[in-house]
Amino acid sequence: MTTPLIEIKNLHANIDGQEILRGLDLTINPGEVHSIMGPNGSGKSTLAQVLAGRDAFEVTEGEIIYEGKDLLDMDPDERACEGVFLAFQYPVEIPGVRTTQFLKAAINAVRKHRGEDEIDALDAVKLFREKMKLVDMDESLLKRAVNEGFSGGEKKRHEIFQMAVLEPKLCILDETDSGLDIDALRIVADGVNAMRSKDRSFLLITHYQRLLDYIVPDFVHVLVNGRIVQSGDKGLALELEKKGYSWVEKEPAAATA
Amino acid sequence: MTTATEQTINEFTGKGYKHGFVTEIESDSLPPGLNEDVIRFISEKKKEPDWMLEWRLKAYRDWLEMEMPDWQNVNFHPIDFQKIIYYSAPKKKPQLDSLDEVDPELLRTYEKLGIPLEEQKMLTGVAVDAVFDSVSVATTFKEKLAEAGVIFCPMSEALQKHPDLVKKYIGSVVPTNDNYFAALNSAVFSDGSFVYIPKGVTCPMELSTYFRINAMNTGQFERTLIIAAEGASVSYLEGCTAPMRDENQLHAAVVELVALDDAHIKYSTIQNWYPGDENGKGGIYNFVTKRGDCRGDRSHISWTQVETGSAVTWKYPSCVLKGDDSIGEFYSVALTNNRQQADTGTKMIHIGKNTRSYIVSKGISAGFSDNTYRGQVKVLKNASNARNYTQCDSLLMGDKCGAHTFPYIEVGNSTSQVEHEATTSKIGEDQIFYCTQRGISEEDAVSLIVNGFCKEVLKELPMEFAVEADKLLAISLEGSVG
Ligand SMILES: Nc1ncnc2c1ncn2[C@@H]1O[C@H](COP(=O)(O)OP(=O)(O)O)[C@@H](O)[C@H]1O
Ligand SMILES: [Mg+2]
Repeated sequence: MTTPLIEIKNLHANIDGQEILRGLDLTINPGEVHSIMGPNGSGKSTLAQVLAGRDAFEVTEGEIIYEGKDLLDMDPDERACEGVFLAFQYPVEIPGVRTTQFLKAAINAVRKHRGEDEIDALDAVKLFREKMKLVDMDESLLKRAVNEGFSGGEKKRHEIFQMAVLEPKLCILDETDSGLDIDALRIVADGVNAMRSKDRSFLLITHYQRLLDYIVPDFVHVLVNGRIVQSGDKGLALELEKKGYSWVEKEPAAATA
Repeated sequence: MTTATEQTINEFTGKGYKHGFVTEIESDSLPPGLNEDVIRFISEKKKEPDWMLEWRLKAYRDWLEMEMPDWQNVNFHPIDFQKIIYYSAPKKKPQLDSLDEVDPELLRTYEKLGIPLEEQKMLTGVAVDAVFDSVSVATTFKEKLAEAGVIFCPMSEALQKHPDLVKKYIGSVVPTNDNYFAALNSAVFSDGSFVYIPKGVTCPMELSTYFRINAMNTGQFERTLIIAAEGASVSYLEGCTAPMRDENQLHAAVVELVALDDAHIKYSTIQNWYPGDENGKGGIYNFVTKRGDCRGDRSHISWTQVETGSAVTWKYPSCVLKGDDSIGEFYSVALTNNRQQADTGTKMIHIGKNTRSYIVSKGISAGFSDNTYRGQVKVLKNASNARNYTQCDSLLMGDKCGAHTFPYIEVGNSTSQVEHEATTSKIGEDQIFYCTQRGISEEDAVSLIVNGFCKEVLKELPMEFAVEADKLLAISLEGSVG
C-alpha cells in the first residue's frame, strides 16, 4: 500500500468567524490527479489557501498530514519549500520587483531548505528558458515586475511557469482555466500534463469541466457548502455538466464513493 | 583622500604619511559652552585666515538673534547648546587586537551588509593587517585626482591652500543666516570636505567611496562645499551603510553645491546614524541644511538619499535653478521604524527659463514611527516653461505608524507646469503571502517588496552602494513584521 502524499481529515476552517469548510476529507496519493468542482462560494479557494497556509483562515478542527508530517504546523514558506505549490486564482502584482529576481529568490529559498547551493545566474537563465517553452510564455515577461500589467492569460501562464521551475510535489491549481481562451487552455494543459509523474500529485480546482477534457483526472470531487458531497471519476464531471450543481446540492451529503 | 582618512590610516598603521602631508594632532579640548572666545579658539586652532574668523563671528551673532524653528512635524527634547563641546582633539579610539573584542551585534550587522573583513576592522578600530596597504591605496587615489586637477581635501586644509576658492563660494549657497542650524554650523563647524572640479573635467572616480571611515571623522558640525566648474562633472557619496554610533546627539551639517554652466553634480547620501532603541531612547538628531545652486545654464544637480538612521531627521536637500535649462532632481528613500521621526523632502526653486525638476520620494514607516514628506516647488515669474514632476509614495507597515505629505506649490508663471502625485498604501498581506507561498521567508518577502517600492530611487545610487542599501533597508525593518 502506498503512503498518501496528503491526508485531509475532518477539516473545518473559518474566516472572520464564519465557517467556510465544514468537515472536509480528502486523501491524495503520489502521482494522482484530483479535481475539485463546485459552485461559486462553496469553499474551493478557501481549501487551496488553507493548504498553502494563509493565516487569514483559521482551522478550527481536523488535521492535515503531508508526507507524514503535520502540515498545519508549518509556515507558508516551509510548506512551499516542502513541495506545496499554489497556482493562484488571482495572482497579485508586486511593483518594482523583477520577475527574474523574484524567481531566483524563490528557487534559492527552496534550495537552501534542501541544503543545496544557490543557483548560478547562467543556470537560472537556462532553466527559465526551458520552462517558459512549456507554457509558451513570452520571455519579455521575465524582465517586467511580477505580474504587473500582465494580461489575465499571461498571469495564469506565469503561475504554471513558476510551478514548472519550482518542481513541487503537490500542485494546487485554483481555477487556472478561467479567463483562458481555448488555445491558451490547451497550452497550459499540455504544460501540466508534461509535468505529471508518478511522484507528483495535482489538485485541480475548477468551475467547469472543460479543463478536464485536457487534463484527465483520476478522481473528481464535488464541493458544496464546505464539504465534499460526491466523489467519482471523470464521468462525474460530465454528469455535473449535464445536470448542473443543483443536482448534487439536492443529494444527501457524504455520498462518498 | 581627506586628511582625516590619512590620519586614521596613519594611526592604524603607525606610519607617518611620507608624502609631506602635515596633520597636527591637537591635544587640548575646550570645556562645554559657546561664546565668541570659543569661536576664536576654533578658528585659531585651524590657522584660518582672518576673514574666516569674521565670517564665523557674524554667523554666531546672527544665530544669537534667531530662534529654534518649531514648524517641523517632529518632537524632541530641547537642546542645551551650552552643554555641547565645540572643540575637542580628534579622539583616538581604543585599539583592539581582533574582531573578537568587538560587540557581536555590530559584527552581525556588518556581515549582513556584506562589508569586507578588513573594512570591518577599520570601522571598529581593530589593527589592520599589513597586507591591506591602505596608505598606498590612498596615495594612488590622491595622485589620480591631482592628475585630473581635482581638489578633494578637508575644508580646513582648503582654507589654507585654496583660500580664494573657499572665500568665493562658501556661504554663497547657504548664507550664514539662512536658518538657525545653518547659522550655528557656520559659527562652529569643525571640518568637512572641499571639492573643486575644474572646467571640462569629469572626476575620474566616485568621490568618498574608498574609505567609509571618512564619515566617522567628520564630526558633529560638518561643512561640505562642492564646486563643479563649466562642463565639469562629479559624483560624491556621503555616509555609509554601517551603523554609526556617536555620543554627540546633535548633528547639524551644511552642504553647499555649486554647478556652473553645463556642470553636473550628483550627491548621494546614505544616512544610518544611531536611531535610538525600540523605546526611542538615545539616538541622533540630524538637522541638516543641504542646497545645490544650479548657477550656470544647462547645469544639473541631483540629490539621492537613503535615510534609515537617526532618532529625528530634519532635512530638505534643495535646488535653486537659476541657470536657463538647468535641472534639479531629488530621489529619496526615508525609512522609519520603532520611535523614529523623519521630516524630510526638498525644495525646488525655478528661477531660470526652461528649468526642470523631478522629485521622487518614497517613505516607509514601521513600528510607532512618523514619516513626513515636506516639499516645496516654487516657480518664479520669469521661469517660463518650467516643469516639475513630483511623485510621493508612502508605504505603511502595521497600523501604529504615520505617514504625512505636505506639498507646497507656488506657481508664478503661466507657461509652467507642475504635477504632483501621491499615494499611500499598506504593505500587502496578499503580496507577502504570494512570496511566502513560493518559499521565500516572510522577512525576505518584506524586503523584496520594500526594495521594489524603492526601485526608482535605489537605481540612482552608485552600483556598489545600491546592493548595500538594499540590505540596509532589510536590516532596518527587522522585527517590523510577524
Ligand atoms: N477574505 C474573506 N473574507 C470574508 N469572506 C470570505 C473571504 N474569502 C472568502 N470568503 C467567503 O468564503 C466563502 C467561500 O469562498 P471561496 O473559498 O473563495 O469559494 P470558491 O472558490 O469556491 O468560489 C464565500 O462565501 C466567500 O464570500
Ligand atoms: Mg475560488
